[in-house]
Amino acid sequence: MSTGNTFLVLSAFLASAVEMVEALTIVLAAGLARGWRSALAGLGAATLALAVVVAALGPALTAIPLDALRLAVGALLLVFGLQWLRKAILRASGYKSLHDEDAIFSREIAEARDAAHVERAGVDWYGFTLAFKGVLLEGLEVVFIVLTFGSAQGSIPLAAAGAGGAVVLVAGVGVAVRAPLARVPENAMKFAVGVMLTTFGIFWSTEGAGANWPGSDASLLGVLGFVVLSSILLVRLLRRERRTRLRTAEVRA
Amino acid sequence: MSRLRRFGRFWWEFVIGDDWLVAALVAVAIGATAALAATSIAAWWLLPLAVLLVLWLSLRRAIRSA
Repeated sequence: MSTGNTFLVLSAFLASAVEMVEALTIVLAAGLARGWRSALAGLGAATLALAVVVAALGPALTAIPLDALRLAVGALLLVFGLQWLRKAILRASGYKSLHDEDAIFSREIAEARDAAHVERAGVDWYGFTLAFKGVLLEGLEVVFIVLTFGSAQGSIPLAAAGAGGAVVLVAGVGVAVRAPLARVPENAMKFAVGVMLTTFGIFWSTEGAGANWPGSDASLLGVLGFVVLSSILLVRLLRRERRTRLRTAEVRA
Repeated sequence: MSRLRRFGRFWWEFVIGDDWLVAALVAVAIGATAALAATSIAAWWLLPLAVLLVLWLSLRRAIRSA
């Protein structure tokens, strides 16, 4: 498998796994607090809606000329990837609190238990909409990544395979443990996804803008190395700055 | 809030996110890469450096507003 395709599968797998962990937390909260029937109906309806989006947008994207697609997709991925990377760096350097699936699960459960019971078409409406919205919103990011990565790299099936692997893995573990997957190193995975999205974003935007990479596809590894090293450097700089600030505040107090 | 406004807000938050400056500077950097690529000078190095600068500026903004 080429460097580009390996990155493609890995990126789709990681991004989907992260979003699936978040979706699983919401579905579990809906199921435990409001009943499994409504939660599973919401999950099924959202999955169907996502399948419609993929079926509608997938063929449309493959019809766009590759250079124009890479420019548009690269720019979108770059903006998207920098959002992920920015949050991951802020978390890793201590400026933003870590994502806590246990806390989110407790909050969702409490809110779901307090909500009024309204039944529509035989299902509890709150449980249905909670699971539906959670899966749809988290799933849209996966669909966006799979379609854009897949079409720009020329293989939507490979990207879908990476995402499918993550869906099966997280759903399987979720069914087995029936608890939020709090031990998954979610922040490290988000860091990795941010790095991948930014790397592909830089690579495709540059090509789409008409510039040529020295070494063609092989330069993806160089861009990846540059993004990883820059991110580690930024984390270290911000950590040091934060420690200095805290020490100064302690001395003043 | 109207449905149209909610729809627009969802896509704004989905694509642009917390810091609009990132999207604006990325657009400028891609434009500069395209302009440089149209000359005889190599342009592949411009975007990686611009991204590093954009990330640094965005992090500083996030820390200041925290």
